[in-house]
Amino acid sequence: MQTIDLEKTGLRETNKMLHAQAANTNQTAWEIVNAKGAHAIACGLDAPIEVTVKGSTGYYCAGMNQQATINIHGSAGPGTAENMMSGKVVVEGDASQYAGATGHGGLLVIKGNASSRCGISMKGINIVVHGNIGHMSAFMAQSGNLVVLGDAGDALGDSCYEARLFVRGMVKSLGADCEKKEMRPEHLEILRALLAEAGADAKPEEFTRYGSARNLYNFDVDNASAY
Amino acid sequence: MTKTDPKRIPQTTPRQSATFSQDVNSDIRRAAATGIYDIRGGGAKRKLPTFDDLLFMGASISRYPLEGYREKCDTSVTIGGLHAENPIHLDIPITIAGMSFGALSGPAKEALGRGASAAGTSTTTGDGGMTAEERGHSNKLVYQYLPSRYGMNPDDLRRADAIEIVVGQGAKPGGGGMLLGQKISDRVAEMRNLPKGIDQRSACRHPDWTGPDDLEIKILELREITGWKVPIYVKVAGARPYYDVTLAVKAGADAVVLDGMQGGTAATQDVFIEHVGQPTLAIIRPAVQALQDLGMHRKVQLILSGGIRSGADVAKAMALGADAVAIGTAALIALGDNDPKYEAEYNALGTTAGAYDDWHEGRDPAGITTQDPELMARFDPIEGGRRLKNYLKVMTLEAQTIARACGKNHLHNLEPEDLVALTMEAAAMAQIPLAGTNWYPGKPGTSY
Ligand SMILES: Cc1cc2nc3c(=O)[nH]c(=O)nc-3n(C[C@H](O)[C@H](O)[C@H](O)COP(=O)(O)O)c2cc1C
Repeated sequence: MQTIDLEKTGLRETNKMLHAQAANTNQTAWEIVNAKGAHAIACGLDAPIEVTVKGSTGYYCAGMNQQATINIHGSAGPGTAENMMSGKVVVEGDASQYAGATGHGGLLVIKGNASSRCGISMKGINIVVHGNIGHMSAFMAQSGNLVVLGDAGDALGDSCYEARLFVRGMVKSLGADCEKKEMRPEHLEILRALLAEAGADAKPEEFTRYGSARNLYNFDVDNASAY
Repeated sequence: MTKTDPKRIPQTTPRQSATFSQDVNSDIRRAAATGIYDIRGGGAKRKLPTFDDLLFMGASISRYPLEGYREKCDTSVTIGGLHAENPIHLDIPITIAGMSFGALSGPAKEALGRGASAAGTSTTTGDGGMTAEERGHSNKLVYQYLPSRYGMNPDDLRRADAIEIVVGQGAKPGGGGMLLGQKISDRVAEMRNLPKGIDQRSACRHPDWTGPDDLEIKILELREITGWKVPIYVKVAGARPYYDVTLAVKAGADAVVLDGMQGGTAATQDVFIEHVGQPTLAIIRPAVQALQDLGMHRKVQLILSGGIRSGADVAKAMALGADAVAIGTAALIALGDNDPKYEAEYNALGTTAGAYDDWHEGRDPAGITTQDPELMARFDPIEGGRRLKNYLKVMTLEAQTIARACGKNHLHNLEPEDLVALTMEAAAMAQIPLAGTNWYPGKPGTSY
């Protein structure tokens, strides 16, 4: 295990060390201590390594992650795992706004709650939130799966495209063009796998699926009031 | 009492209303028939104060000129040296603006890369991501980081020579992108991760930051991901140039791209294009002032765009303080957009060469703003690249001609004192004296 004291080493040197790891590196276990809410920790990684951040992180921790597994032992600031491509990011605490924004792949697990705009413009990422999520989550979500064990705030899935949204609890309101969908066997399968991978204690059957009604896919003047 | 013979009353000529002109009436009829606003490409078509309203004075007894074919007049520019390990060195200060793959065909993007590279300048991606054609044919490629994040990925980010965070575009400050279903081919759909054939709306605001404090952190993240190697530009529309430039520089930008309302777009509402934003002529001085107030003029480069057409425009932009310019529409015209040789086809589309702006419909006779394989095949990227190179060379020669006439051995040495204004508006906006006077309209202490 390689331990980096972020305060002593500084952000640039820390990220540089992590970026220097090749696909076949032997140094696969890393720990970052004294995170103290710093921004852009462990962003842009591209190697199959596991990084554990002790403490809470600022903006964009694990941004654009590829391959790596990043554990945040604390709460995470805005834009955590934004535009993630692959790999896994686990937040033990809560996550601020825009968690997993525009992510293309990989799995983001939030053990606590996620704030507003979780999964905004998601493009293939899978996100599992053990707690609740805030308003405008999955806004313009394009693809991937958002799984919420708790409740969802206002305007869930507003203007979403092909992303699948699964919520176990209450949904305060659905956004424009988002509707309740039928849960088919393939969806239960997807959910089962994601819940297992995210270590979530819930049954697929307890969830409701939401997604795009596809009424706003092509402009129609009769829908003008929805825009 | 004699009655006037009705046949003998003089007839007035039919008089068109200036308020309800034929143009306006046709807009009203179109709206009444369709129920949807007009969407089109291009920039503001209305008449605006422009660089044409400024003139260079040239040399005189107090300023001696340089010999046209003998004495050097440098045109090079370095962009992004403030924080980046690898700033961009360009031979000419005319760059190709970001235009999306999706709006433009793959071969058109390739031609932009070929022409720009041959002329020693950079080209820019656009909404929809980086294509292999474009990366392959561009020596220097600026990768746009847009609100939609279509196709955004760290591999392309690290392949880029610079990153341009797009906050706004002159044609539509505050507006997002629009790519209508007709243009969503399999390839475009795949790059954007969306179903084929649907209207794609690009967000108007970034999904994971708002405001200048967040922007600073976003720039930090992008620098960390790319190892502080490449410059980071911030592109803003000509909305509030003094404050936007100030905030971009404070957030850590290496360069600011400032785009006036004449600037083209692939598609947006006509009302947006014509009624939101400020003319290019009006935004440059406040932007330069902001850089000067921060002590950053020439350290953070200012790249001006929006209606740049000729070497004269380039020289005027630089005299007013820009470090470089960017061109979009002019580059497309150089490639063959709106060429009168397709007049019959433009007529069939209900328009005429020069006025064709329904780029979003994907039926471009010149094969540039389309994803239709048959139309695309009309366009030869090698020939297109050659034409663009020629055009860039001519613009450069023109700018050098003016600079030498003003006694300057580098385009950057052009200065506001070389200029006079032809109209009061231009004088006030560009803070240049009205020709024949020492009067700067709006500036206290100057007089006619
Ligand atoms: C067809 C087309 C597509 C464009 N796409 C983008 C884009 O994807 N991103 C962007 O920031 N600006 C885009 N623009 C705007 C240009 O980057 C630039 O600001 C503008 O074209 C400059 O003005 P000019 O056309 O008068 O030279 C586009 C412009 C055109 C004409």
